[in-house]
Amino acid sequence: MTVYFLCLVLFCIGLYCIVRKRNLIKIIIGIAIMEYSVNLFFILIGYKIGGRAPIHSSDQTILNMVDPLPQALVLTAIVIGLAVTALIAAIAIRVYEKYGTFDITKIRKLKG
Amino acid sequence: MTRILLPLFVVIPLGAAFLNSLIGKRIKGFSDVLSAIATCALACISIYSVFIFKDTGLIVYKVGGWIPPMGIAMVMDGLTVFMLVTVNLVAFLISIYSISYMEKYTEKWIFYCLFLLMVAGMNGVIISGDLFNLYVFLEIAAIASYALVAFGTEHEELEAAFKYAVMGTVASSFILLGIAFLYSVTSTLNMADMSLEIAKGGSPRIIMLVSVFFLMGFGLKSALVPFHAWLPDAHPSAPAPISAMLSGVLIKSLGIYAIARVFFNVLGTSPQVLSALMILGVLSLIIGGCLALGQWDFKRLLAYSSISQIGYVMLGIGLGTPLGIMGGLFHLFNHSIFKSLLFLNSGAVEYATGTRDLQKMGGLREKMPVTSSTSLIGSMSIAGIPPFNGFWSKLIIIAACVQAHHFAYAVWAVLISLLTLAYFMKVQRYAFFGELKERLSHIKECPFFMKFSMISLAVLCLAGGLLLLPGVFDSFLGAASDAVLAGKDYANVVFVAIR
Amino acid sequence: MKEQQKGMTIIVKTITRLTVGLILLFGIYIVANGHISPGGGFAGGVIIALSFIHIMLAFGKEDAFKKMNQGVASFFESIGAIIFITLANLGIAGGYFFLNFLSKGEPFKLFSSGLIPLYNIAISFKVGAGLFIIVVILMLFKITKEDEKK
Repeated sequence: MTVYFLCLVLFCIGLYCIVRKRNLIKIIIGIAIMEYSVNLFFILIGYKIGGRAPIHSSDQTILNMVDPLPQALVLTAIVIGLAVTALIAAIAIRVYEKYGTFDITKIRKLKG
Repeated sequence: MTRILLPLFVVIPLGAAFLNSLIGKRIKGFSDVLSAIATCALACISIYSVFIFKDTGLIVYKVGGWIPPMGIAMVMDGLTVFMLVTVNLVAFLISIYSISYMEKYTEKWIFYCLFLLMVAGMNGVIISGDLFNLYVFLEIAAIASYALVAFGTEHEELEAAFKYAVMGTVASSFILLGIAFLYSVTSTLNMADMSLEIAKGGSPRIIMLVSVFFLMGFGLKSALVPFHAWLPDAHPSAPAPISAMLSGVLIKSLGIYAIARVFFNVLGTSPQVLSALMILGVLSLIIGGCLALGQWDFKRLLAYSSISQIGYVMLGIGLGTPLGIMGGLFHLFNHSIFKSLLFLNSGAVEYATGTRDLQKMGGLREKMPVTSSTSLIGSMSIAGIPPFNGFWSKLIIIAACVQAHHFAYAVWAVLISLLTLAYFMKVQRYAFFGELKERLSHIKECPFFMKFSMISLAVLCLAGGLLLLPGVFDSFLGAASDAVLAGKDYANVVFVAIR
Repeated sequence: MKEQQKGMTIIVKTITRLTVGLILLFGIYIVANGHISPGGGFAGGVIIALSFIHIMLAFGKEDAFKKMNQGVASFFESIGAIIFITLANLGIAGGYFFLNFLSKGEPFKLFSSGLIPLYNIAISFKVGAGLFIIVVILMLFKITKEDEKK
């Protein structure tokens, strides 16, 4: 139970970082923290104590293995996270080129 | 062999997108033709699937021959068919429109590549029978749309894209968290199987928590009011065809469709959830409408009006009665038609005059007769003037509110409808009627392809009301609202179809 | 200062020259064995991309572009995706999208499990080229920024 709770704390740290920080790069870091906390939570759901990796190999039988499905899903989620982070980083760099600052309070051409 | 149609909805746009990036940048004009053909094929297949659905009923496609719930499933039911027709029809007309409009940008093939990826993502969201695949396709569509919003790479575009991307990612994280919780409760990801597991009872608190996560995640994607901040920036900043795509279909297939599917068919509705949906709907209705009234930027006004109209859809679906859901879905279809039309009009005006500020326009009716008359049709349609499609759907939603004894909501819906009329009168008054400004005297009507899509959409606006005719109604709109109303019965129907 | 512009110190360059081939080979190994051991197209593709990025970091972007430039990378990216979709579509001939219609062979042999190695190869093209392009684009931004300062 504690580990799940810690995941939630990590998630909240990421959310806090996105909401409170004014630097674009810090916001991106916040997004990364949030994504990884969700991934970690997903992995922990499939974990059981004493379980081992669900990899089938020729010379041994596996009796007590962890749930492989969340691991496959988290791999996909990580790839998606990579794509999003790369795209946002590229946009942030372009924003810096245009505005000359990473401070979100100074990037205000749009209103309303 | 009809089931082969299902994967085509994802394969055609994906294949076309990558062919575009391979060949399109070397041969000029190739990407125009390819994406027009691909989206035309998709539109034809989606209309054909209406007839197939009428004959065979629900179809489950087992990807890779693996039997669900072990394998991945694609499910085609009434709601899916309805959404597929909406998305692909609009996508086809917008792709025709972009042939002329996107001339002013360099690297057109990148645009088409991202556009087709977005269509693939939306089709995937709609056709997937699997909650995790829904998430993956949702992310594909969302990432493509972040990039498309930033397509102009000017100050406003980049700022809007950053905001949109951050908000979108937060929404996706919430959705993924919700999926993780659901998986922990049900140990399955297939939506039908999940629905059966949830129906067994047990851990209602976690289901409640998941409902909240999904409401936040999908609510952010569909820009319901507390979560709407990104939409008025992101939608106007994109190129006009993409604004039409984002406002017309993206927020619906990623937001409303997912809400309808997840809440009605998987989690099961409770009075609390329904009232939450209705309150969010009415809030978006009121706040979006009021904010739209004060805008002077043509596209920004349309974006706020999108929030308001999404409120109508959400209100209709949130009522949970057969009439309400039917009205909501009908308004979804109509909104995707007339909002795309209006955004295309705004694009045509921008193409000709180079400005989006309503105060700098005036008297365009003389110079741009097609744009002006189609926008008049679109405006009357969105405001709910009788012969047009918007009237019928709003009438049904208001009638459903009265029928369900939510009189306050009905009054708000009527009032905001009047407000909609007011701000579209403003658009017509300042942009198309009145005196022709001096500096606009040399402008020309837009090219043929742009006229073609605008006229087609205007005809659809006029013909939209025909969907309520008895013979047509049952196979299209009726089937869609039946699929939502089936609720938890969805699982049983899917499992019968698997066997 | 001139030395700095064209990459890192001689130590890094020498080590890179020695190891980069091994890294590439290891990536190919991971891809080829993806269906019988942990790894596969994505992990292998990342390692392959890293070998090119390694050259870019150590020697500067010009040397890396001699080995693999953006046009080639983007070509490989599209080709990878198209191969993947084509393979998936071939399954329709056998009845289902994504059907693994080739003979599965004997487990734990290199030539086994039907189409999956081919899928892995397609993914590795896509991922390797895609990741390389991402890094190149992020680096190009940085370089233009420095030019402006001068």
